Amino acid sequence: MSDAYSGRGNKDASIAQPGLRSELAGVADGAATPAPGTGPFLSGTGMTGGYGKGPHILHDCTIAVDRGEIAVIVGPNGAGKSTAMKAIFGMLDLRAGHVTLDGEDITALSPQNRVRRGMGFVPQNRNIFPSMTVEENLEMGAFIREDDIAATMEQVFELFPILRDKRGQAAGELSGGQRQQVAVGRALMTRPKVLMLDEPTAGVSPIVMDELFDRIIEVARTGLPVMMVEQNARQALEIADHGYVLVQGRNAHTGTGKELLADPDVRQSFLGG
Amino acid sequence: MDFLNAIVALANFVLIPATAYGAQLALGALGVTLIYGILRFSNFAHGDTMAFGTTVTILFTWWFQSMGVGFGPLPTALLALPFGILGCALLLLGTDRVVFRFYRAQKAVPVILVIVSMGVMFVYNGLVRFIIGVDTQRFADGERFIISARDFKSATGLDEGLALKSTQAITLVVAAIAVALLFWFLTRTRTGKSMRAFSDNEDLALLSGINPEKVVTVTWLIVAALATIAGTLYGLDKSFKPFTYFQLLLPIFAAAIVGGLGSPVGAIAGGFVIAYSEVMITYAWKKVAGYLLPESLAPDGLAQLLSTDYKFAVSFAILVVVLLFKPTGLFKGKSA
Repeated sequence: MSDAYSGRGNKDASIAQPGLRSELAGVADGAATPAPGTGPFLSGTGMTGGYGKGPHILHDCTIAVDRGEIAVIVGPNGAGKSTAMKAIFGMLDLRAGHVTLDGEDITALSPQNRVRRGMGFVPQNRNIFPSMTVEENLEMGAFIREDDIAATMEQVFELFPILRDKRGQAAGELSGGQRQQVAVGRALMTRPKVLMLDEPTAGVSPIVMDELFDRIIEVARTGLPVMMVEQNARQALEIADHGYVLVQGRNAHTGTGKELLADPDVRQSFLGG
Repeated sequence: MDFLNAIVALANFVLIPATAYGAQLALGALGVTLIYGILRFSNFAHGDTMAFGTTVTILFTWWFQSMGVGFGPLPTALLALPFGILGCALLLLGTDRVVFRFYRAQKAVPVILVIVSMGVMFVYNGLVRFIIGVDTQRFADGERFIISARDFKSATGLDEGLALKSTQAITLVVAAIAVALLFWFLTRTRTGKSMRAFSDNEDLALLSGINPEKVVTVTWLIVAALATIAGTLYGLDKSFKPFTYFQLLLPIFAAAIVGGLGSPVGAIAGGFVIAYSEVMITYAWKKVAGYLLPESLAPDGLAQLLSTDYKFAVSFAILVVVLLFKPTGLFKGKSA
C-alpha cells in the first residue's frame, strides 16, 4: 500500500469483479461432467485461459488432487504454476476446460463461493492481516462460519504450537515462517475439504522450509487433500503423491513424485541433473 | 503565590482550551483516518461533512427550543445530536451510492478518489450555505460555566481566574465516550474486526467472505457519527460558521497524518499534538512569564510567537515536518 498511485487489489478476475466472468457461462456446457464421487476430488481439466483479455497463459492444462494426497505443481519461472492454481480457484477467465470439486462442476463459481464449497486457498503474497493479532487472523479466516470455531482454532494451535504462544501478537510482527503458518492456519479455519497453497515456502530459510513441509505432510495425513505450487522442486516432489511439471502453461510431465524424480528428462531440465 | 498564579493562568488560557480543541480535532481526524484506512482515499469533504451534520443538529436544536424542549443544564444540541447524525448518515450513504460506488466499481486509484472527494466537498459546501446561510450561528444554551473565573478567584484568593466552560467539559466527556465506543466496536465485534481486516488486506478479506459493501456502509455510518459529534462539539464550544469548518480540514488532516493515516490511536494523539502546538504557539506568554520570571527578565512585548491569524501556519508547518522526516506518522500508519 506504500505507493499511492498503485491500483487497489490485484487485477485477477472475479474476486471483486464478478462481471468479468460473463463469457464463462457456456464453457462447461457439452463437456462431459463426471458423476459425483468418481474421479479425483478436485481437478481442473483442459484449462485454457489468461488474465482479462490478455493472451492465453494456460494451454489445455490438467491438474488434479485426490483424497488424502499431496499434489505438487512445479516448473520453471513463468510456467504458469500459480496461474494454474488461480484458475482452479476461479481467479482467472477460463476459455476452455472445466473445474470439478467432488464430481461437481464448479467452473462458473466465484472464488468466494468456492471457499464456501470447501476450498481453502493460501495466496503467495499478502496472505495475512498484518495489523491484526494471530487469533484475530484465524477468526477472520472463519468469517463465513456461523457455528462455534473454538474447536477448529484449537486444532490449528495443535498443528502450529508457536501460534498459540503468539496468539495475542500482531501477525505482521512475526517471522516469515510464522507468518506462513498463520496464513495456512487461516485457510484451515473454514474446515476446508481441500487446501491449496501457492508457494508456501517462498522467502523462508531452508530450516523453516523443512519444518513447513513437515507441517504440510501432517495436514495431508489428516486426510485433507493438499495441492501446492513450489519453487523447490526436488523437496516438493519428494513429498508429493502426484507431481505436475508445467512448461509454458502446458503439462510437460505428469506422474507420481518418485517417477518424476527418477525421470532423466525432468532431472536434466528442472532438478539440475 | 506567583507560581500558582502562573499555573492557573496557563491552565485557563492554554491547557483547558487546547484539550477541548484537541478532542474536537481528534474526533474529526478519526473520521479521516477511518476513510483512509478502509475506503483508501483522503476525504477532502470531511470538513464540510462536519458542517452538514452540525447544520442538521442546529436545525433540530432550534426546533426543540421553539417547542420549549430543553435538556436542563446541558445544551439542547446534545438532544438534537442523534438526529444530526442520522441526517449526516443519510447524506453520506446517498453520496456513496451516487458518487463513490461508481469509482469503487472501476477500482479507481486513490488520487482520483481524492479529486472526486473535492468535488463532493464543493457540493456539500453549497448545500450547507443554502440551508443555513454563511453567517455565524450560536446554538449553545443551558449552563454556561462549571467553574467561572470570578467564583474561582473568590474561592482561592488568587489573582488569576480559572474558568471551565460547560461546553469544554461536555466536549471531553462526549469525545471520551465516542472514542471508547469506537475502539470497543473495532476490537470486540465481528463487524468491527472485519472492517480492520478489510483495511489490512482487501483481497484476503474478500477471500475470507467479508462483504465489502457492508464494510463500506458501516464505515460511512461511523464517519457520519464522528463528524457530526466533532462538528457539534466545536460549534458549541466556539460557534458555527460554514467557512470555519471548511478551514478545519487542514488541522484535521495534519492531526491524522501526524498520528499516522489509518491508525485510530494516531488520530487521537495527532489531534492533541496539533491542538497544543497551535494554542501554545499563538498564546501571548507575557502574563505567565511575568509571574514566573524576576521583574528584570519580564518580557516587554506580548511574548507571542505567532498571531492567532496565522494559526493555520502551525498545522501546516507540522504537516510538512512530519511528511519530510516521518511520513508514516507517530503510530506507523500507512504512508501518506
